[in-house]
Amino acid sequence: MKGYNFAYLDEQTKRMIRRCVLKAVAIPGHQVPFGSREMPLPYGWGTGGIQVTASILGSDDVLKVIDQGADDTTNAVSIRRFFARTAGVRTTTATAEATVIQTRHRIPEKQLREDQIIVYQVPQPEPMFRLEPSRVETRRMHALADYGLMHVKLYEDIARFGQISISYDYPVMVNQRYLMSPSPIPAFDNPKMDRMPALQLFGAGREKRIYAIPPWTQVKSLDFDDHPFRAINAPHPCGLCGATDSYLDEVVTDDHGGRLFVCSDTDHCAERRAAGYVGTDGMKEAAE
Amino acid sequence: MTDATLLSGRGLTLHFGAIPALVDVDVDLWPGEMLAIVGESGSGKTTLLNVLSGRQRPDRGVVWYRDPDDRLHDVHAMPAPALRTLHRSDWGFVHQDPRQNLRMNVSAGGNVGERLMAQGARHYGDIRAAALDWLAQVEIDADRIDDLPRTFSGGMLQRLQIARTLVTHPRLVFMDEPTGGLDVSVQARLLDLIRSLVARLNIAAVLVTHDIAVARLLAHRIAVMQRGRIVETGLTDQVLDDPHHPYTQLLVSSVLNA
Repeated sequence: MKGYNFAYLDEQTKRMIRRCVLKAVAIPGHQVPFGSREMPLPYGWGTGGIQVTASILGSDDVLKVIDQGADDTTNAVSIRRFFARTAGVRTTTATAEATVIQTRHRIPEKQLREDQIIVYQVPQPEPMFRLEPSRVETRRMHALADYGLMHVKLYEDIARFGQISISYDYPVMVNQRYLMSPSPIPAFDNPKMDRMPALQLFGAGREKRIYAIPPWTQVKSLDFDDHPFRAINAPHPCGLCGATDSYLDEVVTDDHGGRLFVCSDTDHCAERRAAGYVGTDGMKEAAE
Repeated sequence: MTDATLLSGRGLTLHFGAIPALVDVDVDLWPGEMLAIVGESGSGKTTLLNVLSGRQRPDRGVVWYRDPDDRLHDVHAMPAPALRTLHRSDWGFVHQDPRQNLRMNVSAGGNVGERLMAQGARHYGDIRAAALDWLAQVEIDADRIDDLPRTFSGGMLQRLQIARTLVTHPRLVFMDEPTGGLDVSVQARLLDLIRSLVARLNIAAVLVTHDIAVARLLAHRIAVMQRGRIVETGLTDQVLDDPHHPYTQLLVSSVLNA
């Protein structure tokens, strides 16, 4: 696109961000501050992720953008179009074809590969921000690996609700050293981060932090020995493709209590339906 | 100074601008012993406590701590992580205001369990059992375990703070006016509790107080401070019954039936 540098950001900014990404990869889970730029979209819409994507994107990359697992929501469509215009890169909705995947709040169901990079949009990089208001103090806690406070939160959950009630943004321990917020992905996706073959990058634009998990790094969800971590999912098969192992969205279909549970990963669902899998609601659709 | 001292300060000096808060103070503490530091407000008691516990660095002087493996550590030369570890395992700190130490938006059980979890306890049932056990030891009803500390009375808060501090079985506890701000009957119960716990668990303690009666009841030895100096030190009964220094005499005579 005329008048813009490749992938919108100027080269100096991209170099600065790449330096931060390198440092983040070198210290898995550690939050690295970076000079976050104004982007042509509001904070909270993915300014951090978009800057990381812009600085790692090459002209032969293939980009996929998802928002809550879906390729066709506003945020995903806008960011995909943004890079198609400012970088001219090929875009796709197929997880297997993409080399860079920018995501908000989900990890694709399909296992990622070593030649892929996943970029998370992060609203709040500090996992303990609700427990300890002082950023000076949380930095010290990270430096000293003093994470008793996070376990106090889990203890409180079990004491009050009988189980750990965190359903998204479930805190993880990276490489047995840094406590990290996995961004607001459902706890269901946490196990996918563990020893993932793909490089995982996290960008928080408003909070001006970048962090990373290198490929094949251990990522452990916090838990107690007698209350182990459980991935929670709706106890239904997908209404359209019949999948029982994917994360489901609940869709209200009418005002008589009608509900439809569908895969939140639209690409996964479409691929399965193309392969002939049909769920109960999919059959009704076909009958009508 | 014998080999067995748990904590010893040598030549501790600290000035706040022109004000001498500590002047060449020497302190020794043996295992299982309770040392009271008494003196009027502004005499440097709390400053001495902060310096001994490594929370404040002196201008001059050194604080030695002997760990369970009989190694000596210069408290102010220790790396921050080691000092932090010491503070959450071997040492404890009891504040005058329990709100400084407790997490007011976390249940009583969570407050007691935090130090265990910071040390790596990862079994909910065990942590809960330890919390219940300690609540019982400080005479808090078991059914208050899931209540928030802000629903507790002042005396209960102080007892909860003590449970939270002692749950890791520290060898050394620093207490800053633990009975301050409590009414007399609650004070008496708390003193009784501290005395029995400290004796049973063989904890050494440095106790800062301006209340001579508290010192008499709890402490084995006493150090009297005035304007940053220790003016008299010795066995509690000896110092209080037969004070030598004029300031100690004044202090003792100004208290009713101490």
